[in-house]
Amino acid sequence: MSYAAGVDVGSTQTKAIVINEKREIVGRALIDTGANVTAAAEKSFQQALKSANVGNEEVEYVIGTGYGRYKVTFGNRQITEISCHGRGAVHMFPKTQTVIDMGGQDSKAIRVRADGEIVDFCMNDKCAAGTGRFLGAASVALDIPLEELGPTALLADKAVRISTTCTVFAESEVLAWLGKGKKVDEILWGVHQSIATRSVGLLRRVGVVDEITFTGGVAKNTGMIKSLEDGLGKKVNVGEDSHFMGALGAALFALDHIFSSRKPAKKEAV
Amino acid sequence: MAETTTFSEDLVGRGNKDGAALFRDWFTDLTNVAEEGRGAAYVFVMGSLNEILKTFDFPIVFPEINSLQTAVRRVALEFLNDAENYGYSPDICGYVKADVSVQLQGGKHPMGTIPKPSIAVLTNACNTYIKWAEIWERMYNIPMFTLDVPGTRADGTKTSKGDEGFENDRKYVAEQLKELIKLCEKVSGKKFDIDKLREVLGHANVMSRGWKRILEMNASRPSVFSALTDGTIFLGVANGLRGTPEGAQYFNQLVEEMEYKVKNGIGTLTEEEFRLFFVGVPCYPIFRRFNEFFTDWGGTFIHSTYLWFASGGTNLGFEYDLDNPIDSLAEGVLVNVRDAMDSMFHQHQTVLDLITPYQLDGVVYHPIKSCRTVSTGLADGRRYVMERKNISTLFIESDMMDQRVVSEAQMKNRIDAFFEGMISRKQTATV
Repeated sequence: MSYAAGVDVGSTQTKAIVINEKREIVGRALIDTGANVTAAAEKSFQQALKSANVGNEEVEYVIGTGYGRYKVTFGNRQITEISCHGRGAVHMFPKTQTVIDMGGQDSKAIRVRADGEIVDFCMNDKCAAGTGRFLGAASVALDIPLEELGPTALLADKAVRISTTCTVFAESEVLAWLGKGKKVDEILWGVHQSIATRSVGLLRRVGVVDEITFTGGVAKNTGMIKSLEDGLGKKVNVGEDSHFMGALGAALFALDHIFSSRKPAKKEAV
Repeated sequence: MAETTTFSEDLVGRGNKDGAALFRDWFTDLTNVAEEGRGAAYVFVMGSLNEILKTFDFPIVFPEINSLQTAVRRVALEFLNDAENYGYSPDICGYVKADVSVQLQGGKHPMGTIPKPSIAVLTNACNTYIKWAEIWERMYNIPMFTLDVPGTRADGTKTSKGDEGFENDRKYVAEQLKELIKLCEKVSGKKFDIDKLREVLGHANVMSRGWKRILEMNASRPSVFSALTDGTIFLGVANGLRGTPEGAQYFNQLVEEMEYKVKNGIGTLTEEEFRLFFVGVPCYPIFRRFNEFFTDWGGTFIHSTYLWFASGGTNLGFEYDLDNPIDSLAEGVLVNVRDAMDSMFHQHQTVLDLITPYQLDGVVYHPIKSCRTVSTGLADGRRYVMERKNISTLFIESDMMDQRVVSEAQMKNRIDAFFEGMISRKQTATV
């Protein structure tokens, strides 16, 4: 039995996934990326191996993805997280045709075919509004832990309107609303709606086709799932491992390589 | 000009070498003009009217080219900051701001000294041209001549030769050219010489004919030049030396070089895996690196709308009738400038039509923050192509001047994903 692994080095967190030849996840790890990107990649990989109870030598092929993919020094190859999220989402939810990935500092809308091939994609440009970083700013301003942002926002009956498109100014706007006596849950619901609006905009640019799968670290946020569904007027797929989707896609590509290398006549898949 | 220019003898690579030499000589000449305190004609790439201005021996300054040169030489930010510190908004065209800085610094430019204008000549091809020339008008109190090129902004409504509307448009342009000639006589103190105009038009004909032929030759496989990098060098000569004997000689020799490369199967330095079409204006702040993002994957740019509109539509190969110079010039200006505008606004069908003959694998759309004129319709153009042809496309936004809005990491990520998609598509096609 061989194993394949994917390591997704994101701006905020690094994720690693180990899969077996049946494409089953056998190990996973998630750590903060921090300043030493190479060390984060190595550490997450080792943690994933440990959780899988798999030895280093049993992993035949490793693919790095995410912004730090070239820092996965032990990896055999790099593939962008755009391709990897598409591949992972289709594997997890086979009817997926549209993917929205919300990460720490970028969001991407991806249109995919049933085989995971990317048809089109669109990303936020030169600005972290509409990404996890925007939630991070709200978390700091309101002194509420990240994991409580979504549940708190869902308590609100109405939302305040967050009009800024700048993550840096978002903090000031949140503070301004607090100064005006607005409730914390209403402000937070406004923050979620603001991010969802931008993400829906990205999705519309590539075309919203059912089913839609929500991936990336922000997919853990229940408030964001609700505000996205409200904005789209549709349900979105979210799985337990949605935030591992990039690493999973990378691991699947790695497994493709293992299989294709056993049949030399066939070309290597991306 | 260019008495010092010597043309290279080695055929392959001659166009790039000679183009660079001619370009340097042009700026040396401009520096001499500036030092002698003489003025120049300030013009733009879409409808430069070089043909008339060269007849009066005006030194020609293309502020757009000066500005993009600051970006290629990686000093644009200093110029942009200078103009912004003077009060220009960050949202104004980067070309305008770099030029404002050049003017504020008395013509100081990385390639020499730019002489002051004695006349500004422009068309309505770009709305910014008009606002830009008004700056010089205020700064230097010089005459500004705006040629109104009619009937262009609605796709599919353009008149063509033989139509009554076209004839009216041509006459309208011809009357304006006569006004320009009078103005040039006044500013230069020289009498208009129609035989000299014929001579200039003759050189321009050689250049237009050659330019059209060169662009067509890149349909060959492997392609014989990069439409992004090499093409920009050719453009510099096409604009700066339009209507000159040196320009005509250059394009004759360039045709010879490209024919040789086609015949002998000599391509660019890139191992050609993917043949790409570029739509928009290049990313000059990281010009070489931007190209490498594609060539690293075996992608080479076969064609580009930039080579159409930034050559003022001379890619059409329109040739003037030397027996009827003014009317023919009016027709050429009308046809060329309208085509340049169409290449910016309505390029979608032409791009679609070229996919098969140029054996294209992908189309790259590059809208830029600095220029709404050229960028606004690109999303629609891309959608039009994607709905009709199963071809990979990439939409990446940056700028032609301002490195503050160019994010290399984000750009590379998108480009890598674009190639991953094309590889996957090719593999699916071969299974």
